[in-house]
Amino acid sequence: MKRSFLLYFLITVIGVIFIGRLFQLQIIKGETYDPMHNAAIKIEYDYPERGYIYDRNGKLLVANQLSYDVMVQPNQVESLDTLEFCNLLKIDKEDFLIRFKRAEHYASYLPSVFLKQLAKEDFAFLQEKMHKYNGFYIQKRIIRNYPINAAANVLGYIGEVNEEKAKKSDYYQSGELEGKDGVEKQYEDVLRGRKGKKYLQRNRFNKVTGSYKDGLNDTLPENGQDLTLTIDIDLQLFAQQLMNGKRGGIVAIEPSTGEILALVTSPSYDPNMLVGRKRSINSASLMDPTNPEKPTYDRGLLAAYPPGSPFKIMNALIGLQENVINEQSSFLCFGGYRYGSRSTAFMRCHCGVFNSPIRLKTGIARSCNSYFANTYKRIIEKNKKPSKGLDNWNRHITSFGLGNYLGYDLPAGQKGLIPDAAYYNARYKYAWGASTTISNAIGQGEVLTTPIQLANFTAAIANRGFFYTPHIVKKINRKTINITDFTTKKQTTIDKEHFAPVIEAMHEVFKTGTGRWSQVNGIEICGKTGTSENSIKIVDGIKVQAKDHSILIAFAPKDNPKIAIAVFVENGGYGSTIAAPITSLLIEKYLNGSISEVNKIREQNMLNMSLQEVYDKQTSKTKQIASGKE
Amino acid sequence: MRQEKNNIFAGIDWILVFLYIALVGFGWLNIYAASKTEKNHEILDFSTKYGKQILWISFSIPLIVIILFFNSKFYEKFASILYLISIFSLVLLFPLGKEINGARSWFNFGAMSLQPSEFVKACTALAVAKLLSDRQYNFKLVKNQIKAFIIVFFPAVLITLQPDAGSALIYLSFFFVLNREGLTLNYILLGATVIALFVLTIFFGASNMFISLFIIISIIVAYIIYRGGKRFFRFNWYKILAFYAFVALFIFGTEFTYNNIFKQHHRDRFEVLLGMKVDNVNIGYNSYQSELTISSGGWFGKGFLEGNITQGNFVPEQHTDYIFSTVGEEWGFIGSSFVIILFMLMMYRIIYLSETHTNKFGRIYGYGLASILFFHVIVNIGMVIGLLPTVGIPLPFFSYGGSSLWGFTILLFIFIRLDAHKNYDW
Repeated sequence: MKRSFLLYFLITVIGVIFIGRLFQLQIIKGETYDPMHNAAIKIEYDYPERGYIYDRNGKLLVANQLSYDVMVQPNQVESLDTLEFCNLLKIDKEDFLIRFKRAEHYASYLPSVFLKQLAKEDFAFLQEKMHKYNGFYIQKRIIRNYPINAAANVLGYIGEVNEEKAKKSDYYQSGELEGKDGVEKQYEDVLRGRKGKKYLQRNRFNKVTGSYKDGLNDTLPENGQDLTLTIDIDLQLFAQQLMNGKRGGIVAIEPSTGEILALVTSPSYDPNMLVGRKRSINSASLMDPTNPEKPTYDRGLLAAYPPGSPFKIMNALIGLQENVINEQSSFLCFGGYRYGSRSTAFMRCHCGVFNSPIRLKTGIARSCNSYFANTYKRIIEKNKKPSKGLDNWNRHITSFGLGNYLGYDLPAGQKGLIPDAAYYNARYKYAWGASTTISNAIGQGEVLTTPIQLANFTAAIANRGFFYTPHIVKKINRKTINITDFTTKKQTTIDKEHFAPVIEAMHEVFKTGTGRWSQVNGIEICGKTGTSENSIKIVDGIKVQAKDHSILIAFAPKDNPKIAIAVFVENGGYGSTIAAPITSLLIEKYLNGSISEVNKIREQNMLNMSLQEVYDKQTSKTKQIASGKE
Repeated sequence: MRQEKNNIFAGIDWILVFLYIALVGFGWLNIYAASKTEKNHEILDFSTKYGKQILWISFSIPLIVIILFFNSKFYEKFASILYLISIFSLVLLFPLGKEINGARSWFNFGAMSLQPSEFVKACTALAVAKLLSDRQYNFKLVKNQIKAFIIVFFPAVLITLQPDAGSALIYLSFFFVLNREGLTLNYILLGATVIALFVLTIFFGASNMFISLFIIISIIVAYIIYRGGKRFFRFNWYKILAFYAFVALFIFGTEFTYNNIFKQHHRDRFEVLLGMKVDNVNIGYNSYQSELTISSGGWFGKGFLEGNITQGNFVPEQHTDYIFSTVGEEWGFIGSSFVIILFMLMMYRIIYLSETHTNKFGRIYGYGLASILFFHVIVNIGMVIGLLPTVGIPLPFFSYGGSSLWGFTILLFIFIRLDAHKNYDW
């Protein structure tokens, strides 16, 4: 074989392969490529109406309005009279260059937003002149409008798709809007609809000559679907007003369905702030991480607080289920509970019952620490090994959805913390037991829960042993949603019969106990107040004791409950002074529709009460300490 | 009887010259189409790409005359010196070069820039020809083989360091030259196997590849034993084991290299090509747009200056590395096949002429030229039609750019000079 053969042969083979490939590309495939990416084809988008959002009673919460963006595709821009163009857009030349560079940096062959949200009068004027400027055009967009200033945390907002996502996505283009938080984000696919596309053929001078293939590939826009939320906007609004000047979260749930009636975080913001040209300024100040108010932080879903005394209900239920106590078990309270030999190993109690043994009902009604310390000790020490006792305790609690994400249909969540044996094994090098972890008895110490978890816990009590996963959407496109996860009963590990005595005691709380100042005539409220100690972490290792959180869980009416509620007021002091009246007002409003004359004073008091001074003091104090430590 | 004519055009191969003119001329038409804007129609406007290219083409005429003016002996004598000068120019790039697109491969002379790597190819071909044509040079000796490898790969290493891996890749083409002069084909086969294993491993995943190869090899081994190869097995079992180990090591080594040593943009290009990732907007934009441009041409193309994708400037770098996509759109299947056939004819002709040389130097140089052209055409057109990953090297004679055009002109006309002289051999 001649040595020259190899190269002759390879040249021929490659030539044949290349010509074959050309045949495949040019003759067989032809123009079957997706015209979407054919640069000689211009795509015009027609944006559909985004779905409206209503509350459970059909009140309109979110509607639409039009807005206009100036778009640019840098590789099509030709020399233009910059000065005239700048005057039209009311920007200066420097600004023009910065914006243009930014667009080129994004991608010179893709359109991106040049100037956002024109004023309506500018639009009409510009529209006529726009054809003079190749590469620039005006894009109509649909933005949101909020008739009622409420529930910003629930609704979320829409904003521009981030650039990375726009480049990767096969749906979103740069400058388009998508749901960024809350329901808008969670139900983006439902609300968004589908934009229509028109393919237009461009000639070699980049001028549009007509529709591509007679509109064969064109699509019409599909409007987004409307959402009906489970929120009762009147209740939500009232709750937000009651939380004026206070920080915290309120969650109300309908126990028989798991529907979230109100989800309040305070302070919040007006949803209209994140619409229109002022949006970027507003969003910067709202999302400023140094702002201690954190208005975009949904305390109802995200803030994990020590639950305090309401957690005693949990321990009572576990005690009954594990048969370590019964209704008649009694303990003595000596103004506190001694859990060790050292003088500091003493948990104080303010129940004020010195003269007689305390039974379950009184223990709950007067919130006796000693009673639950004893109960907790018995639960943990039921097994020889405290780790087994604690894991069993953990199993009961987590069956109520505490210590984990609940699985609701909102994009924010927080696990909270329910410790198990592994947690303490990792934390303590030495042996630990009931006494080491005694704070768990009263909802202090390691235990952390979010308001929505506590509200769900309350709903499970109201239902006497089961709950439905809380959710925020009731209907899509006016049809009731059918999501099995939201319609399946979640059974807890506590048997039904153990709930009766506990509920009786919770009723007692509002009759004679810590909540007695907040009764409502004609409504049987069952609840439990709480006052949770807390501290603020300044830097690692340094904590400052802050004023107690005011907490309350409640449901009503006692039989056939309609509402279960959890209220957290940060640094509000005793549960009975702030959280209890707020709860009773909300329950009255929800069940009766209005506040009776007798309770108007209570309403006024709560509406006007502000804790701003407390917060300011706290902020300046922590700043002082933090700067001192540096 | 030696009788040299004074006419420098005597004995030159007009077929090659004609092919050269055809490629350069057709190339310019496409550069014109790809870089023309709506506004100017003046062909000799030197601020435009096509105007500049006219300038480069005109300058190549005196260049050709100079090349033809020298006696072919000159190239043989001065091969080593030319090679050393060209290497020196590559080294000078490191302190003096100008960085364009992240690679320090250009010298800047005011209005124009030169890319020395385009000229080093010709010098390397000369040096290899000189070394291998030496009468005392025995290519069978490993020592001598290593000498040849050093000559070939030294410039390649320098170019890789610029970093311009695409241009360095071209030096692999010298394997064909070495093969022609007696280097065993096993090197090429080994290279091809390694590349195939590499691609398959990335595509199917290391563990899948290992299992399937393990099974295939085992079946072959079992077959050999079954066919009475027990003796063979007895004496070669350690070789077989070593083979297994090699395959395993290579496959998992590939995966490691790919995931840890390759950069993300390399992986992206690779995966887009293999269809493992669909991306028509970012990494895959060039290739996708180029394929689309070509495929819109159909049988006969849209006609000169009528390609709306070309004219709309939607394909990046269309006048340089992606020039072939313009041919595809405006001249269709017929036109683009014609260009491929022109290249094939040129390479056939060069090899044919080389084989008629009685002088070894001319033959080896001719092989170098043909192999370099071959590699450029494969890598460039392969990329443009979406068969190979994106590697930025120009299409010979066709792409816009002075350095590239002159580099190839020098390469080709030195050969034509050597070829013209073969009939008056001494």
